[in-house]
Order: sequence, then C-alpha cells, then structure tokens
Amino acid sequence: MLHIHDLHVAYGNVDALKGISLEVRAGEIVALIGSNGAGKTTTLSAISGLLRPKRGQILFEGVEITRLAPYEIVRRGLVQCPEGRQIFARLTVAENLRLAAGHRRDRSAVARDLERVLGLFPILGERQQQIAGLLSGGEQQMLALGRSIMSAPRLLLLDEPSLGLAPLVVERIFQVIADLRREGVTILLVEQNAWQALRLADRAYVIETGAITLSAPAPVLLEDPRVKAAYLGG
Amino acid sequence: MTYLLQQTVNALNLGSIYALVAIGLTIVYGILRLINFAHGDMMTVGAYVALAALSALVLPVWSAMLLAMIVAGAIGIVIERLAYRPLRGSREVAMLITSLAISSLIQNSATMTLTAQPRPLRLPAELARRFEWAGLTIAPIDGLILLLSILLMVLLSLFVKYTTIGIAMRACSERVWTTHLMGVHVNRVIAVAFGVSAALAGIAGVLWSGKFGLVDPFTGFVPGLKAFVAAVIGGVGSIPGAMVGGYLLGFAEVFFVAFAPPALSGYRDAFVFVLLLAILLVRPAGLFGLEEGRRA
Ligand SMILES: Nc1ncnc2c1ncn2[C@@H]1O[C@H](COP(=O)(O)OP(=O)(O)O)[C@@H](O)[C@H]1O
Ligand SMILES: [Mg+2]
Repeated sequence: MLHIHDLHVAYGNVDALKGISLEVRAGEIVALIGSNGAGKTTTLSAISGLLRPKRGQILFEGVEITRLAPYEIVRRGLVQCPEGRQIFARLTVAENLRLAAGHRRDRSAVARDLERVLGLFPILGERQQQIAGLLSGGEQQMLALGRSIMSAPRLLLLDEPSLGLAPLVVERIFQVIADLRREGVTILLVEQNAWQALRLADRAYVIETGAITLSAPAPVLLEDPRVKAAYLGG
Repeated sequence: MTYLLQQTVNALNLGSIYALVAIGLTIVYGILRLINFAHGDMMTVGAYVALAALSALVLPVWSAMLLAMIVAGAIGIVIERLAYRPLRGSREVAMLITSLAISSLIQNSATMTLTAQPRPLRLPAELARRFEWAGLTIAPIDGLILLLSILLMVLLSLFVKYTTIGIAMRACSERVWTTHLMGVHVNRVIAVAFGVSAALAGIAGVLWSGKFGLVDPFTGFVPGLKAFVAAVIGGVGSIPGAMVGGYLLGFAEVFFVAFAPPALSGYRDAFVFVLLLAILLVRPAGLFGLEEGRRA
C-alpha cells in the first residue's frame, strides 16, 4: 500500500534521512521505532508532503505521491495524526472535527463518522462546543485521533500517540488503534514507547540517525537482544 | 449636546472605515505574519474603480460599490499569487519589504497613468446632500457608511464562524503546518483571505472618498496606517479586536480634534500614535491580543 524507496530528506544542509526504504502492506500495523531525534517525524512529514525529499520515491497504492501537495495526499486517504496532538486550541471541539472532514463531499458518510468518533470518545460529545484548548492532554489526543478518523483514512500515520499520557488513556488510544485496523484501516505507528508499539504491530522497523537499521516481525523484535537493550529498558 | 452628537456621528463614520480596513490587515497578519503595507492602497484602488464606474460608466452607486469590491479583491488575490506566495517560507521581513514595494508600485503607476491630481468622487445627490436634522448636519452617506460597514462586519463574522473555509482561515492563523494535514487546500484559503481583505479595503476606499469627496493616488495611505494602528490596538490577528480597535481609534481621533485646544488639532495623527504607544505599554498584545501559538 505504501512503498518508500531510498528517501533522503535534509533540513538546510543537515541530513535528517539518509536513504530510508520501507513498506506497509494493506491491513497491517507497522511500527517505526527509534529514539528521540532518529528521524521518525521527518519520515512522516515527508510522506504527508510537508517536506520535499532531496531524493527517493514515495508510492501510495502504486501511485507516486512524492511531489503532491499535502491536501492531495490526505484526500487520497493517507492521513497523519501528528506528534504532540497539534489540535487547534482556539477552535471548538466540533470545529476541529469538522475541519478535518472539510474536503469530503459525502455528507452522510461524514455524519456517520462523526457519530462514530463521538461513540468512541463520549467526552468529545459532551465538550463539542468548548474551545479545544480547554481539554486535558488525554482528551486532546482523543480529539486528534477523532480528527484523523473524520478525514476518512485508509492509511493512518500515527506519530507518538502515547506521548505524555496517563497509562489508562494510553490503553484506550491503543484499543481504538486496534479497532481501526479491524475495520480495515492500515496503520504506520511511530513510537518511542517501543514495548506498546511492538505488542500491537505486525512488523516493525528500527530507525537510527536517519537510517533503518533493523526490520522484522514485531514478535521477533520484542525478543531481539539489541532492541531489548536499546528500546525496552534491557 | 448637539456638538457631542455631531462628533459621535463623525467618529462612527471614521471608525467604521478604520475597522473595515483593519480587519483585512489582521486576517492577513493572522495567517502569514505579514504586515501588509500595500493594504491601504486597496482603498485607493476601490475609490478609483468607483470613480470610473460612476463617471465613465454611469453605473448606479450600488453597482459601483460592488465593482470596487470585486476589482480590489481580485487585485489582492493576484498580488498574493505573484508577489507573496513565492516568498512563503522565507523570512517574514522579505514579505514585509515586498509589500512596501507593491505599495509604491501602485502609488507610482496610479500617478503616472491617472496623474497625482485629486479628482472629485461625486456620489449621487440623494446620498451626498447634507441636511439639518435635530441640530445635526448629516448626509445619507453618514448612515450608509455605518450601516454598510456593520452589515459587512456581520457577514464576515458569520463567514469566519460558520463556513468550512472560515474555520480553515482560523485554523491557519493558529498553525498552518497542521492545517495542511487536515486536507485543507491552504493556498486556496490564503487566496480567499487576501481577496476578502482587499475587497473590504476597496469598499472602505469608496466610502472614504465618497465622504471626503476626493481620490488621488495616495488616498489610502494615511487611513491604511491608521487602520494598522487600529489593528494593533485591538490585537493583531484578532478580527473582533480589529473592529473594536477601528471604532476606538475613530472616537479617539475625532474627540481629540473636537476637544483639544485648537492649536493641537494639527497633531491628530501624532496623537493616534501616542495613543497606540500608551495602549501597548499597558497591553503589549493589544486589547484582544492572542498569545502566539506554536507555528512549525
Ligand atoms: N525543523 C527542523 N529543522 C532542523 N532540524 C530538524 C528539524 N526538525 C527535526 N530536525 C532534526 O532532524 C533530526 C530528526 O528529527 P525528527 O524527525 O523530529 O526525529 P524523531 O521524530 O525521531 O524524534 C533530528 O536531528 C532533529 O534535530
Ligand atoms: Mg518525533
């Protein structure tokens, strides 16, 4: 479904990605793990069209999207839920959700998805008319995920959805991610929380300083001594 | 008492025009962090278009106003496309200097093609005729300025509050980067923002020249600066702030001239800037100032 081939991305003259190749097949959950500054967010930004790669190709469903504008990429069903939630704090909860579905023409499908989001996260329903900046961290993550659902993803890029959240909220978020996959959404999950990610994922890649250093089925990586030492706290 | 009322009418007029112009400055600043020095010149464009429409084409005044909005709006969109968009992502000062250059370009080309000679913008007699009423000297144009401005501000507020593109405009002013990820065609949103801003300035130019009677290539310059002050007073980036700032400035200026010793009334423009400094000392972000969101 997603093929990345030899992707190079630089900030000015500092290379952040030095030839990344990876693949996500339809129906999978693939984890991308790596420590802070390894290049995970940069990879996702390049996929979403926010950064122009120096070199390399990105194909989504067989079509090259490397030079498409971000909105065109989203409209193909490749949606990103960004790092640190990035909700629109001055918009209401309802406006945040509506904005993410703004490009969709099928109103009844949008209405169904809204029902669904409010069913998954009832707190968002109670707070629809509130300014999103007043939500707690966990609620903001729910809103960010709800927003992604409103964009009708077929492939969802999740950038550290568990970052800074209480364990109960993390569990809820991961449940919803598992549900989404069961409904047919393919997922590329970026995490520093490697243990959580590897338990959920089918396969995983390890990224270090802008290059993929390991790739294997997730259960294998969970047992890998190098992964254990570096990402699972021994 | 009558004198006070008369000054209030004047202040409402001036304030309405400042507010209309300040809104456009604040919208564009909110999204691009650009202080658009060419914004006041959209008033000039609007005033000249109305002049042509009324005198050469002999259109009714309503169509002339509509035409002024459309032409100014279209020019605003073209300027963004040709001048500002290529600079997006470079330093903010590059766009600022470009807007200064565009302002001079508009002023100079108007001077060369239309001469610097001020021309009378004559509104139909039924709008311009002054009459005495309850001791006040007013003309229908005074009421028109106030009502039309309020109508436009209400429409703009509804647009920004309820339409998808209005929500997208507010989202862009908070974090453009993330707005891209929502599937929003951000370039289109920015084009709409420029179009709406310039159209409001265009109609403000018609009202200004309609009230004061003259158009020249520099018509929009001083009210453009004042509108900038109004936007800063209200808190740049805030649309309600721009509206309140516009009226506040209108009242401050008119009442300064009305009640200060006559020897000082020549200092009205200086007074405006002193007022600005005073307000910024107390509230550095302006009255409705918003803290900067993270902008990646
Ligand atoms: N906007 C930026 N400008 C310059 N360098 C950046 C920028 N964003 C990230 N980097 C650098 O690129 C590298 C990869 O960063 P990032 O992709 O954010 O890592 P991760 O998401 O894995 O923590 C880091 O060295 C980081 O310092
Ligand atoms: Mg990151």
